[in-house]
Amino acid sequence: MLDDFLVRAMLAGVGAALAAAPLGCFVVWRRMAYFGDATAHAAVLGVTLALATEAPLFAGVLAAALAMAALISVASGRAFAADTLLGVAAHSALAAGLVAAAFLPGVRLDLMGYLFGDILAVSRADLALIWLGAAGIWGLMAWRWRALLTATLSEDLAVAEGIDPRLERLALMLALALLVALALKVVGALLITALLIIPAAAARGLARTPEAMAGFAALFGAAASLAGLRLSWTQDTPAGPSIVLAAAGVFLAVTLVGAVARAWRDGARAKP
Amino acid sequence: MSGRALITARGLGVRHGATQALRDVDFEVRAGEIVTLIGPNGSGKTTLLRALIGAAAPSAGTVTRAKGLRIGYAPQRLALDRTMPMTVARFLALGGGGRTERAAALEEVGAPDIAERQLAALSGGQFQRALLARALLRKPTLLALDEPTQGLDQPGVAAFYALVARVRRTLGCAVLMVSHDLHVVMRESDRVVCLNGHVCCEGAPTIVSASPAYRALFGTEPEGALALYRHAHDHRHDGAEAPGCGHGHGGPVAQAAAQAATAERVD
Repeated sequence: MLDDFLVRAMLAGVGAALAAAPLGCFVVWRRMAYFGDATAHAAVLGVTLALATEAPLFAGVLAAALAMAALISVASGRAFAADTLLGVAAHSALAAGLVAAAFLPGVRLDLMGYLFGDILAVSRADLALIWLGAAGIWGLMAWRWRALLTATLSEDLAVAEGIDPRLERLALMLALALLVALALKVVGALLITALLIIPAAAARGLARTPEAMAGFAALFGAAASLAGLRLSWTQDTPAGPSIVLAAAGVFLAVTLVGAVARAWRDGARAKP
Repeated sequence: MSGRALITARGLGVRHGATQALRDVDFEVRAGEIVTLIGPNGSGKTTLLRALIGAAAPSAGTVTRAKGLRIGYAPQRLALDRTMPMTVARFLALGGGGRTERAAALEEVGAPDIAERQLAALSGGQFQRALLARALLRKPTLLALDEPTQGLDQPGVAAFYALVARVRRTLGCAVLMVSHDLHVVMRESDRVVCLNGHVCCEGAPTIVSASPAYRALFGTEPEGALALYRHAHDHRHDGAEAPGCGHGHGGPVAQAAAQAATAERVD
């Protein structure tokens, strides 16, 4: 079954979406979209460095994403919301990666593949990494879930209850770097943040608890992966952007249905 | 109060970047007592509370927390916006305790029917009760409440103070509370500490709830949950040491009450 590249692509897309779901919720709750961008863009630099040093690609990307995450959390101190600093870091990392790629001797780098993903070229080894990484992220999230939620609600409350918010932030950064490394092949460095945010945003309207939101986000992300791949297959569109577009479609549909349902309910209530 | 010291600060200083938020603070909370921190905006009340529970690092001095201290903390607000769905029940469960304990905690704070409500959709009073319920689930030896009555009207404040007093009696925990207002504090406060970058003064609150003028303002809560803290500043601040310490202390009861009534505008 895994011999079929389309099956591998579907499994890769679903795996990445499942891994992104709980993380994406935290990215939305903590307003870390720029943080996600910066970490993801650093991946391009990681690719270049890995090729230059002949290190494994996964390791290079993971290291670059981790280094970027560590750098900006040290620079911005407590707050993630230092928009300007993060914007500078995100785009500098991307530009540095692209410029560095030009210096690689004798390698014709398929930059498009790293920027927008190359899901149809996912190998068995890639697939194993994606699902192992996803399992790692889910394990880390499940282990830290209560503490992470508490620290997200209030760092002071977390401290008073014996939780160290810095540790929780570190766990989140680690998981994010891991996701960047495993999702690079699926949607590419430029669209990883979209894979994080859009399913979570779509899930928000339906969920009453954080856990339900993560669950819905996983469902929507997986569905968008499959729908995007189908779009790509039938219309010959680029796969990564198609997946993100499908996720945006889910978001739009859920938001519209939610708005109509609310209007309907309010209207029914207004009548005597 | 002769209980053992739960938290002791000695020579405590806290900096926020270039500004010195607190300096030379000697302070302690003893088991079972109710201490209210008052002071004008920016006087370091919240900073002191955060330093005591370990959320703000001292730049000078020491904070010692007793062994086995369990803090039930209710922050001023949560970083909660519409992006995070969170029912009251789930929020309480994050703090620990089983289903029956959570229901009992909500019952205790007088909000038994908000369990399935969204945290972000609660009224100010319900939100404070939810925070208090979570703090109670920690089975605290010290309740630390940061401006728990902000946004409440005067009867709401009186009701909340009565609730805190009852909780103290049933749990026997100490209560450390930051009060929104300079003059109106909980009647059962054993000590009131006035801060303005340092400890200006401290003492027992004067209970004036019998005064008709006061009752007219704050209602006739049977146990008289509010009291005025009357204090005169007999020391001077030289300007360099504490700029903007002009916060109109003292004065007759009527003046204080009038100031309390206009506190919202003052802030």
